[in-house]
Amino acid sequence: MSIIITGLLLGGTYALIAVGLTLQYGVARIMNLANGENLVFACFMALWLFSTFGINPVFGIVLIAPASFVLSWAIYRFGLKPLVNRAKSRGQLEVDSILVTFGLMFAFQGLMLLVFGGRDQTYHFLDMAVPILGQNYGLNRVVAFVAAALIAGLLYMFLYRTRYGTAIRAVAVDPVSARLVAVDVPRASAFAFALGGALTAAAGALLSSYYTFNAAMGVTFTMKALIIVIMGGVGDIRGAIIAALLLGLAETAVASLIDPGLTIAATYALFVLVLLIRPQGIFGRRVS
Amino acid sequence: MSGSLLSVSAARRAFGGLVAVNDVSFEVKDGELLGLIGPNGSGKTTMLNLISGAIRPNSGMIVLGGETISGLPAHRVARLGVARTFQLVRVLPTLSVEENVTAGGVFGHIRVWGEDAHKLAHALLERVGLGGRAGTPTGSLTYIDQKRLELARALASNPRLLLLDEWLAGLNPSELRIGIQLIRDIRNDGRTIIMVEHVMDAIRSLCDRVVVMSSGKTIADGDVGAVLSDPAVIRAYLGGENA
Amino acid sequence: MRLLSASETRIGVIGALGLASVAMLPLLDQGYTLTLTVNIMLYVVLCTAWALFSGPTHYISLATAAFYGLGTYAVALGIDILPFPLLVLIGALVAGVVAGLVGVATLRLSGVYFVIFTLGLAELIRQVVTWLQSEMGSSLGLYVLTDLREQHLLWMLTGMAALVYVAGWLINRSRLGFAMRIIGNDETVARHVGIDTALAKVVLFIISGTIIGAVGAILAPRYSYITPTGAFNSMISFQVVIMALLGGVHRLWGPLLGVIPFTILFDQVSSRFPNHTSLVVGLAFIAIVYLLPRGVLGFFADLASLRRRFRIVLVEDGKAVP
Repeated sequence: MSIIITGLLLGGTYALIAVGLTLQYGVARIMNLANGENLVFACFMALWLFSTFGINPVFGIVLIAPASFVLSWAIYRFGLKPLVNRAKSRGQLEVDSILVTFGLMFAFQGLMLLVFGGRDQTYHFLDMAVPILGQNYGLNRVVAFVAAALIAGLLYMFLYRTRYGTAIRAVAVDPVSARLVAVDVPRASAFAFALGGALTAAAGALLSSYYTFNAAMGVTFTMKALIIVIMGGVGDIRGAIIAALLLGLAETAVASLIDPGLTIAATYALFVLVLLIRPQGIFGRRVS
Repeated sequence: MSGSLLSVSAARRAFGGLVAVNDVSFEVKDGELLGLIGPNGSGKTTMLNLISGAIRPNSGMIVLGGETISGLPAHRVARLGVARTFQLVRVLPTLSVEENVTAGGVFGHIRVWGEDAHKLAHALLERVGLGGRAGTPTGSLTYIDQKRLELARALASNPRLLLLDEWLAGLNPSELRIGIQLIRDIRNDGRTIIMVEHVMDAIRSLCDRVVVMSSGKTIADGDVGAVLSDPAVIRAYLGGENA
Repeated sequence: MRLLSASETRIGVIGALGLASVAMLPLLDQGYTLTLTVNIMLYVVLCTAWALFSGPTHYISLATAAFYGLGTYAVALGIDILPFPLLVLIGALVAGVVAGLVGVATLRLSGVYFVIFTLGLAELIRQVVTWLQSEMGSSLGLYVLTDLREQHLLWMLTGMAALVYVAGWLINRSRLGFAMRIIGNDETVARHVGIDTALAKVVLFIISGTIIGAVGAILAPRYSYITPTGAFNSMISFQVVIMALLGGVHRLWGPLLGVIPFTILFDQVSSRFPNHTSLVVGLAFIAIVYLLPRGVLGFFADLASLRRRFRIVLVEDGKAVP
């Protein structure tokens, strides 16, 4: 039971990271491999806000997410848009964007190593136990999960209940047809990319409140998020959330039942299973 | 059925809720040139894709010369002797003109290599009217020449069945005459062909028989003259109650 | 049928002379130049093997570190019981088998899935190896103590370079090489002319992985003390991608043009500014995509065609060619 709850609490944060990535890939068609660095950067921002100004990381999101939104937007506008314009085919854009975001991943990681150093970082926020069903869990984890659920709920309302949200979903389904119904596709793409960055940053702020982080861990999170996105079906928000919770469960189960050193192996086992059985994602429809 | 090369029985393919090919059946005899016609979106290209193995049917059988090909991947179907051209012409841009043709003859129904492949490519380029162009960059070919090249590539495997997907589309009137003559020549070699086409003049002057599809179903199958004057066919084209 | 064209003979002779002169180097220098040259030859083989697969398919493989580490580890585990050459063979085979499994699982799918899968492969194998070692109660670090010195490594790598170039040349003129060029152009067409595209890609990935595994095994004596973390170092995968793309992957010898400058640059950076290596790798990726999308090779090709056009213009204007 405690595995299930711990797994779900972890999965909540994963879900937010993966939803950010799936927005970027599903709408802007950019597989952003530097997304994990964005997450780590948010962790450091949250730490700085907390230790210098005493700002609670959950409220820190109000500052961190917009900052990441602006940064992600600038990266898309000045770094990736030229590649979108230059690409002759979807395949070429894919290769180019993978290489550039790899570059950004290393560049950001290098900068953070220089500025913050390579040490493990942690701080104490709501470091107390709450009992759930007779077992104790860190209050910071519970708060992070609730905040993640709230943010996901807000995003859902935006995408499914507002005009602009619908436009963004239309671009995800078919950019060419979306243009025909007067959606400004480049603008929607840039917006989705920036929004995806902001969501991941929000996840980073929450993560930092209960997780020991360091400047080099971004790539691990990028990989987990990518695997979640594929499991859930590219561009599918609900699929990503379910897949994230599943991954949180699987990791926690493997870590506590077999060996904590095998979390990546657990992630991979799930990934291979999905690739072999349902490459279109758990909820994806097969397209020809 | 003696002399039947291809037999399609109750082939069905749906995309989500849309049934693109709905229990279609027809036969193609050895040496026959069959026209597959119908309004846009009637399922003709999907039918070709089912035959060539680009997509798999949900149900039904497609048999080529006694062997079931439905459900096989495209490369297996190609090796059994089905070659095709594409609705939007697909040449291989970084390969030379000669290599574009050889590509069809190395891995398919017949397999040539080295000097034989070289000779075959030159003979086929001559055949489709690209003689002496073996060395030109593929990117500099005009539209009709790209179509010729694609045809030569399809012929390179000496296919038992040739599928032409709107091969004549987009040609100007004089090119069209050349194109029709070229198909007629190939057909006179004894090659079995299915052509999906919108150009009615070509259908009338070339085909032995036509199959008409509308909304995924066959609505007529028979002699060209008879089928084209069939009221059901005219209604499908000109827009009856359900067009 | 002609066996070799004139230009092929010329390139063959130049290549053989080049490799022979590299092999003579230990006579002249036993210090820094030798070490640097071993590094260069190491990456020449790795990048060329990488480009054998990733060049024509456009699939970016980050599995290099995994194959390399498997080779290294095969030597580390077996050095006390089996002779070194046999271990190199075993390392190569193990890497080849893993390449086959990865290929079968991922190469039917789009390039993005493949990249993601290979991205974590080295880490996955590292975790599994660490776990197995601790389950079996053996210590994590393994000693590889041999009489092999830098010059021996250089000779073995020079042999591998000859092997990979000959293999690449044979593949390029074979049906498999032709099939790969067609797949690189248009996979749909490839399938419809009868190419089993999945099989062709898997076969090439296995060839590439086997060579990389052998290289990892050959280099094992250099590390002398081998841990899972050291053997499965993901950085190698990224460096290989950068160098190969920097040189250009459309010719067999293209990666060479990227390996030489980048190995020297990276060597300088990691000795003088060890904290800046990630930054350099990152900027190198970005620079390649924006400035040299087709590598040094493509850049020179563009320059040459530009100059030809420029000359034609000058001649048309009736002026003398400078």
